[in-house]
Amino acid sequence: MEWATVCSAGEVTELLGIGALIFDHQVAVFKVDGELYAIDNFDPFSQANVLSRGIVGDLKGELVVASPIYKQHFSLKAGTCLEDGTVSIAVHPVRVQDGMVQVALGSPVSQQAA
Amino acid sequence: MSNKESLVVVGNGMVGHRFIEQLIQAGGLDRYQVTVFGEESRPAYDRVQLSSWFTGTSAEELSMVPEGFYEQDGVELILSDKVCTVDRELCEVLSESGRKVSYNKLVLATGSYPFVPPVPGHDRDGCLVYRTIDDLEAIAETARNSKVGAVVGGGLLGLEAAKALKDLGLETHVVEFAPRLMAVQVDEGGGQMLRRKIENLGVKIHTSKNTQNIVDGDGTVHQMQFADGEVLNTDLVLFSAGIRPRDELARECGLELGERGGIVINDHCQTSDTNVYSIGECALWSGRIFGLVAPGYQMGQAAVDHLLDVESTGFTGADMSTKLKLMGVDVASVGDAQARTPGALSYRLIDEEKEVYKSLVVSGDKKKVLGAVLVGDAEEYGSLLQMALNDIKPPQNPAELILPQGSGEAPKGLGVAALPTTAQICSCFNVTKGDLTGAVAGGCQDMTSLKSETSASTGCGGCTALVKQVLDHELEQLGVEVKKDICEHFPYSRQDLYHLVRVGEIKSFHEMLEKYGKGKGCDICKPTIGSILASCWNEYVLKTEHAPLQDTNDYFLANMQKDGTYSVVPRVPGGEITPEKLIVIGEVARDYELYTKITGGQRIDLFGVRVNDLPAVWKRLVDAGFETGHAYGKSLRTVKSCVGQTWCRYGVLDSAGMAIRVEQRYRGLRAPHKVKMAVSGCTRECAEAQSKDVGIIATEKGWNLYVCGNGGMKPRHADLFATELSDEQLIKTIDRFMMFYLRTAGRLQRTSVWMENLEGGLDYLKEVILEDSLGLGAQLEAEMAANVDAYQCEWKTTLEDPEKLKRFRHFVNTDEGDSNVVFVKERSQIRPASQEEKIIAKSA
Ligand code: SRM
Ligand SMILES: Cc1cc2nc3c(=O)[nH]c(=O)nc-3n(C[C@H](O)[C@H](O)[C@H](O)COP(=O)(O)OP(=O)(O)OC[C@H]3O[C@@H](n4cnc5c(N)ncnc54)[C@H](O)[C@@H]3O)c2cc1C
Ligand code: SF4
Ligand code: FES
Repeated sequence: MEWATVCSAGEVTELLGIGALIFDHQVAVFKVDGELYAIDNFDPFSQANVLSRGIVGDLKGELVVASPIYKQHFSLKAGTCLEDGTVSIAVHPVRVQDGMVQVALGSPVSQQAA
Repeated sequence: MSNKESLVVVGNGMVGHRFIEQLIQAGGLDRYQVTVFGEESRPAYDRVQLSSWFTGTSAEELSMVPEGFYEQDGVELILSDKVCTVDRELCEVLSESGRKVSYNKLVLATGSYPFVPPVPGHDRDGCLVYRTIDDLEAIAETARNSKVGAVVGGGLLGLEAAKALKDLGLETHVVEFAPRLMAVQVDEGGGQMLRRKIENLGVKIHTSKNTQNIVDGDGTVHQMQFADGEVLNTDLVLFSAGIRPRDELARECGLELGERGGIVINDHCQTSDTNVYSIGECALWSGRIFGLVAPGYQMGQAAVDHLLDVESTGFTGADMSTKLKLMGVDVASVGDAQARTPGALSYRLIDEEKEVYKSLVVSGDKKKVLGAVLVGDAEEYGSLLQMALNDIKPPQNPAELILPQGSGEAPKGLGVAALPTTAQICSCFNVTKGDLTGAVAGGCQDMTSLKSETSASTGCGGCTALVKQVLDHELEQLGVEVKKDICEHFPYSRQDLYHLVRVGEIKSFHEMLEKYGKGKGCDICKPTIGSILASCWNEYVLKTEHAPLQDTNDYFLANMQKDGTYSVVPRVPGGEITPEKLIVIGEVARDYELYTKITGGQRIDLFGVRVNDLPAVWKRLVDAGFETGHAYGKSLRTVKSCVGQTWCRYGVLDSAGMAIRVEQRYRGLRAPHKVKMAVSGCTRECAEAQSKDVGIIATEKGWNLYVCGNGGMKPRHADLFATELSDEQLIKTIDRFMMFYLRTAGRLQRTSVWMENLEGGLDYLKEVILEDSLGLGAQLEAEMAANVDAYQCEWKTTLEDPEKLKRFRHFVNTDEGDSNVVFVKERSQIRPASQEEKIIAKSA
């Protein structure tokens, strides 16, 4: 697995997403209770790269981000869409190494996200 | 033989049948052995819906008696057999077929018969009446060989009969003795409107016509000859000139009758012979005959109670209000429709374009609704009836009750919430509001189950709308417990949360969650509480602790568009803008290649700004003196203005100046939903103030203030709230109004929806704001003043803080932009590319 360094750990704020470009692929990185999560930035419903700008919270115990465009919720851990079981997005491995946030590309990587 | 008492019922019509049901329900069969005689060949059927037979409803479908209903309970039903004698000494009835039955108690439910004026020729073949299914069969038969039909009688039944003839394809005439239609139920204006509508449907109306003779026709079967010398040629004559009680049995056996007929009864429906009862259309109570089913059903219940020694108030009269659809025309009459009460005041609305007539009768002191007539639109029937029956006080200006909605007056009618539990909702089955609420609480959560549980709205159907309203209201009341919670994290409504924040001086979401919530929050509660924190303490919304609460629009202080870019709307107070500022907007748009459009709110929107360009765009705008327009916030949007007195030859006050003052005062105020205002310089209303949350219109004597208007999805005309205000009075009133809205509205509730759900409505709001009935005035003003003082342009503050500016980038690890944002040109400006266009652009 190839890790890409994104930014220093301090640059990720609790509950506020950030976007990152790794290997030409857009990801959204979140921090909740000190724990990091990375998912695709691409919102399959609006076809826009916006998930890093959604509100983070939980629904029935599941950590989610709400798309800022049409408000569907995606699980930060599994990438599944809570409103539509047929839709899900990729989740990516993320870690902190030497104070730096690193993301690797999980699979499958969604097609359209560029 | 059983040792039960014998009860004989004469007549198996609507009331006679319902009486049996009532008796069974009350357990009366334990005490009585029941025999029912019916003259007609069928068991009871729904006479009220009789006309639907012509449009395809079969006799079976009209039946009110389920198969085997009488037999299973041991009630003996004898049909096609008329009772011809009652021997009160022997306590015995004798039927035409020779059957003799003795009784302990006798009930006469013989109904009425159609009155046929004794004009010569009235009994010719093809001269018919309209009361039974047999009559209908005869009408249909005769119509088959007819081209023209005439109904004698322009009352309720006459018009129904006319509809039937029309449906049978006849050229239809209505001949009425009185100068207008439905003279009993509606007033003159109503009669005229009704005539107009019915004539438009192709029925010819002849009023003030006294038929003197019916003879052979001229090319038709009959000719009707009138007193004024005119004639009408027709093939079929249908008499519908009123009903007469069928009191012949009672007359013969010497029971007391009314002067003009009708079997005299007391409150227990007993006749002059205490063993003989009479109910329904044949009975005369307190000098009155009731020609409707509902009172008949009430009599039935009174008789059952008395027969079973159940304590009851008996029959105490009935309301004769009615609502019907006559030939597709809604007609309703409530209470004292003709304003016969001494000193009564009337209000009338005549809309010749829409063909609507409404009149309202209230008591001289305006404290009671006495009656009403509605023709063409009977929507208010339910609420007016309830007001009349329950002595609910009409608004200050009672005319509002019949004025069309959206005329700028108070919401008409009354919420079902205002009705007492004893209010009768369904008069056919005497179902009260309390019965309904009880049934809903007991699990009836839809109309179907509520109807079968309570019988409400299964009779004439006139109460259906009202029953539905009670159901909805009750569900809301029940559901509120669940639904009021804004989300799974907070078991509170927005109003509760607002209160908790203010009273507990809570300053952060974190604190709220700790004290009152659970979990981590979501995209519902976070922005809501973020907005409440902002309205209460007016802190910079992007303070680090508030930032994760904001929707992307609030977070980036711009409006996200479908492709993930943003639009930028600088505030243009009152729509007034200098040429220099216009030029700056033009230059910024040109330099960043933005799409520009004049908005519906009198300002300019710049679209297609990438997130990383937002600060640079705003830096130029702020430097030129612009500030944020809060197009993204649940806050004041625009105060639309017209040019006003300064330029316009009709303007009476400086509307543009006032709009700017108002916009600058309330800008930035976070609210439950967005707020729009407008100021017009005169009554021509070019700023469309009456469609805004707050609308201000200049008059010679000062400002008129309108509130709670709405455009958008469900437009609502604003209500006139206060008149002839000075500048200072105006501002003070809006201050109070706005703060009260902030305090008490639900999440995403515009002022219009808030007002419509506010108990007490406009009057209550006036009391609180104008008369300070809650003693809140000073506090509300102080809260607003604090807000005004704390105002800051969020963009200016953001630009001054390099830390905050770091957020405005698409990627944390590169300055590149989003390559998925692609524009193409259209009409010389950019627009987002479609998916196909993006593919083409990439491969190019
Ligand atoms: C830009 C504009 C259309 C335009 O090109 O003219 C517009 C654009 C949007 N309107 Fe609007 N509305 C605009 C004037 C109006 C008007 C007309 C007016 O204000 O005089 C109305 C009807 C009047 C009213 O609100 O009573 C209007 C009624 C709505 C509604 C329905 C509100 C309602 O109560 O029914 C929504 C939906 C909502 O708010 O929930 C809405 C929502 C929106 C949103 C925010 C939808 C969205 O979530 O993307 C649009 C994005 C704004 C943006 O800048 O990206 N917009 N919208 C207008 C901006 C005015 C401004 O200068 O701020
Ligand atoms: C076309 C039409 C439309 C109407 N629309 C409405 C409306 O919208 N709303 C409303 O409230 N009301 C309406 N009415 C009035 C309503 O139908 C009557 O109020 C109701 O039917 C009265 O019930 P009743 O049992 O007293 O009389 P009926 O229903 O007339 O029943 C009396 C029965 O007794 C029988 N009978 C009489 N004498 C004897 C005897 N000696 N022996 C045996 N049987 C006997 C008769 O044959 C008849 O079947 C309408 C009536 C008609 C005709
Ligand atoms: S009307 Fe609909 S499409 Fe047009 S601006 Fe308003 S919200 Fe957008
Ligand atoms: S009032 Fe007639 S059904 Fe309710």
